[in-house]
Amino acid sequence: MSTPSQTVGPYLAIGLPWEDGPFAVAAGTPGAVWLTGVVRDGEGAPVPDALVETWQADPDGRFDHPDDPRGAVPPPEGFRAFARCPTDSEGRYRVLTLLPGATPGQAPHVAVSVLGRGIVQRLATRIYFPENAEANEADPVLAVVPPERRHTLVARRADEETYEFDVRLQGEGETVFFDV
Amino acid sequence: MVAPTARGSGPSLRGYRRDPEGTHAPLDSPGYRSTALRHPGEPLVLVPNRLTEITGPLLGPGRLGEHDDDLTRQHAGEPLGQRIVVHGRVLDGDGAPVRDSLVEVWQANAGGRYRHANDRWPSPLDPNFDGVGRTLTDARGRYEFTTIRPGAYPWRNHDNAWRPAHIHFSLFGTAFAQRLVTQMYFPGDPLLLQDPIVNSIPDEKARQRVVARYDHDRTVPEWALAYEFDVVLRGREATPFEEPHDEDGG
Repeated sequence: MSTPSQTVGPYLAIGLPWEDGPFAVAAGTPGAVWLTGVVRDGEGAPVPDALVETWQADPDGRFDHPDDPRGAVPPPEGFRAFARCPTDSEGRYRVLTLLPGATPGQAPHVAVSVLGRGIVQRLATRIYFPENAEANEADPVLAVVPPERRHTLVARRADEETYEFDVRLQGEGETVFFDV
Repeated sequence: MVAPTARGSGPSLRGYRRDPEGTHAPLDSPGYRSTALRHPGEPLVLVPNRLTEITGPLLGPGRLGEHDDDLTRQHAGEPLGQRIVVHGRVLDGDGAPVRDSLVEVWQANAGGRYRHANDRWPSPLDPNFDGVGRTLTDARGRYEFTTIRPGAYPWRNHDNAWRPAHIHFSLFGTAFAQRLVTQMYFPGDPLLLQDPIVNSIPDEKARQRVVARYDHDRTVPEWALAYEFDVVLRGREATPFEEPHDEDGG
């Protein structure tokens, strides 16, 4: 019987952020991109006390993990595959990472957890990328999302090294969250 | 034929079991007011676990600093308050230990005050207490912290609302699907009865699982009281999930 989830509360910032948390790769790594966005509540107000965590495959679509049936592979030098960033006073998070490769049968994506005061159980969502329109079309997870809501899972390319992915917890343009 | 693991449809994977109804508070828990504008209005979209969900960060000793598991030794002096040992095991839903797994904790000081800029209630900070700890589980899934018993504190959720004393716990398990953040409470705390964060957990037996057990056997004579708090993460499905085969799969 699982232990019940409880909110991280308003003071997660003392316990969960790490100095290197937002950096799945170090600044200056070739190919590194920022995933960034604003977390907003049901009234559209920024959420300044949330934490966003990301987990993803490496650029070859592999995981450094024994439960990957293809076998664990060591990550590219300096790549952690996991990042976490508390939102700032404007509700914004920033994660520097390498773009994930496709995994078998799935378009490239980043798994995301959103935690915060008033969120009693981690909210899980996914970031997909706009360049992969064809692969996104065939993705089995996007396929079960109502078509009119799929766009909430696709990041917007803001510039060469930045993707914008806002999280709307509730209301207009609400992000799709998954029961994983 | 191309093997299904090579392209097209995914490999068959053993995902994680869903928790029984009533284990977790509903995302919309009106008694806990902060959920009002922070819960999704749309239902969660149910998806089977795939590679991304059955894997997860395996965060090792690199995350730990000296004295991270002893919150009473992180400063020159000792913090005020009742010294306690908090220990337990991290298990999966089948009772198997979750080994070498990062456990993060944070808490208020003995007076119920957090070292956080937004916590302004009139109880003093303790210069010798940060209230933050980390450790790894061992080969049997065991973890242990030394800390002080946190105090209760008032909040503005309802009239004369007080949070019962608690320690926040963050756990990763070995998979994205197992990520869990929870709070540990103390047995016999009368404030539990009026706390909407605890009481929004629907199942009474599940509510008891966030309350630690006083552990007299693990007290340290003339030094520290002890509490045991086991954390159970989701277990694996008995049968693998088979991805439906794509037309171009082989």
